[in-house]
Amino acid sequence: MSALVIAEHDHGTLKGATLNTVTAALQCGGEVHVLIAGHNAGGAAQAAAAIKGVTKVLHADAASLAEQLAENVAAQVLTIAKEYSHLLFPATAHGKNVAPRVAAKLDVGQISDVIKVDAADTFERPIYAGNAIATVQSSDAIKVMTVRTTGFDAAAATGGSAAVQSLVAVADSGTSSFVGAEIAKNDRPELTAAKIIVSGGRGLASSEKFHEVLEPLADKLGAALGASRAAVDAGYAPNDWQVGQTGKIVAPQLYIACGISGAIQHLAGMKDSKVIVCINKDPEAPIFSVADYGLEADLFVAVPELVKALS
Amino acid sequence: MKILVPVKRVVDYNVKVRVKSDGSGVDIANVKMSMNPFDEIGVEEAVRLREKGAATEVIAVSCGVTQCQETLRTAMAIGADRAILVECSDELQPLAVAKLLAALVKKEQPGLIILGKQAIDDDCNQTGQMLAALLERPQATFASKVEVEGDAAKVTREIDGGLETVSVKLPAVITTDLRLNEPRYVTLPNIMKAKKKPLEVFKPADLGVDVTSKIKTLKVAEPPKRGAGIKVSDVATLVDKLKNVAKVI
Repeated sequence: MSALVIAEHDHGTLKGATLNTVTAALQCGGEVHVLIAGHNAGGAAQAAAAIKGVTKVLHADAASLAEQLAENVAAQVLTIAKEYSHLLFPATAHGKNVAPRVAAKLDVGQISDVIKVDAADTFERPIYAGNAIATVQSSDAIKVMTVRTTGFDAAAATGGSAAVQSLVAVADSGTSSFVGAEIAKNDRPELTAAKIIVSGGRGLASSEKFHEVLEPLADKLGAALGASRAAVDAGYAPNDWQVGQTGKIVAPQLYIACGISGAIQHLAGMKDSKVIVCINKDPEAPIFSVADYGLEADLFVAVPELVKALS
Repeated sequence: MKILVPVKRVVDYNVKVRVKSDGSGVDIANVKMSMNPFDEIGVEEAVRLREKGAATEVIAVSCGVTQCQETLRTAMAIGADRAILVECSDELQPLAVAKLLAALVKKEQPGLIILGKQAIDDDCNQTGQMLAALLERPQATFASKVEVEGDAAKVTREIDGGLETVSVKLPAVITTDLRLNEPRYVTLPNIMKAKKKPLEVFKPADLGVDVTSKIKTLKVAEPPKRGAGIKVSDVATLVDKLKNVAKVI
């Protein structure tokens, strides 16, 4: 029995979600190997070899894997999939894109968003926006799963010294091609990896106010910025800032919800945060029911005051 | 070009489900059921492509119990031309649905299949990708913009950190994200018209598909509850609590 973690990386470095996925893999029992499918990805392969608990790194390197297209990455995983009892992907946009392709080609089911490993064949996962937790058992020969990173601690990034073995890379599928990307550049921490998140809702009332009011607080705390669906729908914040059932799932040390009412879909994305603060002028807002500290106040007064108090 | 749009009947997104006391699942008896919101976005996108002349026919498909016919009627009220129900009272998991859809794709030969990225009941986010793999066709998941250009579709995808655009050769599978479009309201005349549109019914056996799954649900439980918090009177108290009690700043 051994597990393969399909790493998320930017070729040069590993993405943090890979480390949480390794922890889940270690809990499945048996050896843990990591696959780096990339282009000029020696840096990521070296980083994977240093993860504590990893015994082997498989490195496939080719232009066909440069853009991480699902068709090619899935094909690469399938070249070695049958040697493993467990295939684990982080439940990120990329992992969710590739994993089901692999499962279908192996003719096995997939277990999405695993938050707990009970046994090598038994896992827990949230359903209905986290309003219920299902315990599922798989009798498939190969367990294909995506791992919700907030459910597992990150494995130590150093302390391991796994061998790196090269794999023959797959050819391009020829059916899908990369056109371009618009990735927002900023100095803030990544939303899903941030220790503190400042999040805004419809209460911010405009895109200008959203940035004007929340950015100083995020700067002060070194926090990432998030948003509710209502704020994103209204155009106050970009799509990939959305926290919730169908957006990002986060569990920072501190989540500060400003002007967010707290729809169940939003709570699904942040209720595992260690400490939740809400600032809202509506005392009836459901967000108060999950907040450790609720401040009933006008956020346009309270947030600048908070920035000042932290100075 | 035909477009196939699979739609799932799910508990309405406004309903807060209750876990059954025996842990066997969630209680969906007498609960409002609706079309999965992401699938509704899929139907809207397909109908818009037909209205723009990029497609000739939109076929809605659902796999599940008899009542899925209502969901299919809704899809036809939005504008789908006809519908297919694969009727099955067993619980269907994503791989089984993908196999059923693959069999229908072989029959109907659509140029595009547009699905919701995930269903809001099981939150799996698998069926579209599985279907693409079974068909050995390309996929463009989490779409926020779709343009059909000749024998390819240019799709903007929502990814972590921003947007990505890919071009996929048709036939292809697309899954919708939230902001691809805003589905239109169905009007009464269109609901009446939808009642007269054709709806075919198959059984999984008619399509030669075995729908049994090797993943069993052992139990369903309530999530752990957060302990009740407190209300703080002002910003100074809040800062004090965060610094000295919670120790998170």
